[in-house]
Amino acid sequence: MDYGLFFIQALNGLQLGLLLFLVASGLTLVFGILDFVNLAHGSLYMLGAFICASLTFALGNYILALIVALPIAGLLGYGVERVIARPLYARNHLDHVLGTFGVILVLDTLAHMIWGPAGIAVPLPNWLNGQIVLGGTLAIPSFRLLIIAMGLATAAGLFWLVNYTRLGMLIRAGASNRTMVAALGVDIQLLFGLVFALGAMLAGLAGMLIAPITEASIGMGNSIIITAFVVIIVGGIGSMKGAFIAALLIGMIDTMGRSFLDNIFGLVMSPTAAETSAPAVSAMLIYIIMAVVLALRPQGLFPPKVR
Amino acid sequence: MALRHWITLAVLVLLAVMPPVFIWMGNPFYVDLATRLVILGIAATSLNLILGYGGLISFGHAAFVGIGAYAVGIPAYHMLYGGGEAVASFNGMFQIPLAVAVSALFALITGAICLRTKGVYFIMITMAFAQMVYYFFISIEEYGADDGLVIDMRSQLPFIELDEPLQLYFFCYASLIAALLIVRTIANSRFGMVLQGAKGNNERMVTLGYNTYLYKLTAYVISGAMAGYAGALLGNFTTFISPEMMDWSRSGELMFMVILGGAATTLGPLMGSAVFIIIEEVLSNYTIYWHLPFGLMLIAVVLFARGGLMGVIGRGRDGK
Amino acid sequence: MSAELEISGLNKSFGGIKATDDINLAVTANELHAIIGPNGAGKTTLISQLIGSLRPDTGRIVFRGRDITRMPAHARARLGITRSFQITSLVMEMSVLDNVALAVQARDGHSFRFLRPARAVAHIREAARGYLEQVGLGPRADAPTVALSHGEHRLMEIAIALASEAGLMLLDEPMAGLGPEESALMVALLKQLKGSRTILLIEHDMDAVFALADRISVLVYGHVIATGMPDEIRFNHDVRHAYLGEE
Repeated sequence: MDYGLFFIQALNGLQLGLLLFLVASGLTLVFGILDFVNLAHGSLYMLGAFICASLTFALGNYILALIVALPIAGLLGYGVERVIARPLYARNHLDHVLGTFGVILVLDTLAHMIWGPAGIAVPLPNWLNGQIVLGGTLAIPSFRLLIIAMGLATAAGLFWLVNYTRLGMLIRAGASNRTMVAALGVDIQLLFGLVFALGAMLAGLAGMLIAPITEASIGMGNSIIITAFVVIIVGGIGSMKGAFIAALLIGMIDTMGRSFLDNIFGLVMSPTAAETSAPAVSAMLIYIIMAVVLALRPQGLFPPKVR
Repeated sequence: MALRHWITLAVLVLLAVMPPVFIWMGNPFYVDLATRLVILGIAATSLNLILGYGGLISFGHAAFVGIGAYAVGIPAYHMLYGGGEAVASFNGMFQIPLAVAVSALFALITGAICLRTKGVYFIMITMAFAQMVYYFFISIEEYGADDGLVIDMRSQLPFIELDEPLQLYFFCYASLIAALLIVRTIANSRFGMVLQGAKGNNERMVTLGYNTYLYKLTAYVISGAMAGYAGALLGNFTTFISPEMMDWSRSGELMFMVILGGAATTLGPLMGSAVFIIIEEVLSNYTIYWHLPFGLMLIAVVLFARGGLMGVIGRGRDGK
Repeated sequence: MSAELEISGLNKSFGGIKATDDINLAVTANELHAIIGPNGAGKTTLISQLIGSLRPDTGRIVFRGRDITRMPAHARARLGITRSFQITSLVMEMSVLDNVALAVQARDGHSFRFLRPARAVAHIREAARGYLEQVGLGPRADAPTVALSHGEHRLMEIAIALASEAGLMLLDEPMAGLGPEESALMVALLKQLKGSRTILLIEHDMDAVFALADRISVLVYGHVIATGMPDEIRFNHDVRHAYLGEE
């Protein structure tokens, strides 16, 4: 076994896991607090990537673009909440799903009209474009380290926000008792809008961070949103801790499965059989894990307390 | 007869009469359109059984359609190009039952897991299972991966020549009538009453002594099998299959058809499919950005047109 | 008299809170046994464990000599236990008759019958109409459930409980939200039923409880502090202290 490759893939898995967490945390916040199923969350991730790409060209600096793009993503999220989500809170999940499915079509097509069908590559500043050599042939792109650092910092910030701030207290209270929070004199509408905006910023941030690696492209939101769903199902919908652990788990398993499953299969079957079956199984791996988790624990690994 | 009965009759007669007229007028393109409509109508009708009558918000119904289509495509591929002796030996007579059996089996296995969950978990897990099938076929190089697979030979059936557009159409049309009758009969049966009762109030039904899990699972399997059948027809119609058929937006479109037409009504899903085909056809001729007005329409329907078309036409609940 | 329902050492906690605290209770056949207690005493939690929608942490529930502690809810219903709900729990989308017919259908063999229209099965429909007439809802049979008043919904709950022909009826606050006239009607109805089956009645309306019950158990903080005839309970010191707040 190639330990250098193993190490690099472990870092890639961590990176994917943290990006998934950024997307899934917003999804789980919005669902846990607002009881709203937002399929269009992935479109906010995509828009984050496109806006960041355009701003990088306009401002000439990726980091600057990222800083400007974040509040824009938040505003977009707030807009979606006002126009689509708010009238639908009182409805059932089916209406949420269909309504936000409509939002996906609208936002994806708008992105197509504005940015065209091809993906947009995002150039990095030189200091981020290098590699950090760890000795021998082992080197890590410095940008990936930045993604990992940003992901961990955001996760820490979210835990602090939810557990130790007044906003977090309201968020947790609002989840269990809307009328009580409203009776405290808190503008519940504003609170919900803020939660939505926060979720949009987190998803947008994930899109901005991945754009320099994969390009900003039209379908990108729709492929990550399903994986993010798997994350919050496995973690337990509404649980921040569950989303974090499940995101890292899924990110790691997915990355490792794609690189090493044929080696593992090779231990128990013929090389050709391993080579043909490994891609199919690794493509399904996270869904198989989800099925197993749900078969054993229908509420996910960390179900939030009974509301 | 109530208004909706007249509309039902009119729609079904129109669907029987128009395609031959199109051929006679030298407009075979419209026969293709009608065939697609009828096949989507079957798929949407099958979804209506669990979504409309059962209240099960399945967001992965396109997977069954895709599985059905691959069950036609894969044997056909092996018959023509060798390999896969096990499936190649199936002749066309077996392809459609194979499609039904495989999708029913998939529904049984995934349904058994999905139905242990409730609410939003159910929505997401059905969607995730569909995605699993999608990625499964994307990773199989032999069947074209994400490029898909051309079916060079349609299912060979006795008495019917599926290569003949009008015969293919009427085969699909007869299937649609059967699907409508099956779902309607099931919905009004004792089984259907339990299913609808569990949709309205699951706890009450359990308290009465119904093992609602088994009833829902049965409905899920019937629905999946019917969708697989529709998929087999779709494969025969398009003679091309690809994982894209199972993309989750396809599942979303099927849900849209059911809701737009009117969930838990006999004809609603077919009407919804008709509207969908018309929108797609008209708008996509007009602009490549047709998903934009379509998305806006979807939002508008969700926000303002509750009960769907059949709801607008008159209290169209069946059996009353 | 033999014990129809025997509860022994039943415990259930949520987080740190004991909702059911070592409950021991025996209900004899055809008795109307009332359970009273202040709000939050764990009455509905107890019913949920009896019916099978909640699993107790420890303890045993025996119905007609059979241990049903681990039995799923639908199987208990088939043994002859039914409940009415404190918060009206009906299938609002269906007609009044459909709701009751589903209860009749439930004990008419399995319902994996796909062909014949359910609404054309005469014996089920007629039986259902009979139960509706018994509670005075005969004329409303074909109305949509959602169109009925709250009081009528409470009566529907009773009709459904009757239709399941259960040996043990768990009635969770049937008088909740009823006006004086409707309450009187409900009391009269329960008086009629009394003696023909075992009834476990949870109720806040004390006049109704003392008028109806053969025996009364008092539940406070998940624990049964007293069980006895209405008069014993009325003058029990512990009950007056804990429940009525008297010294």
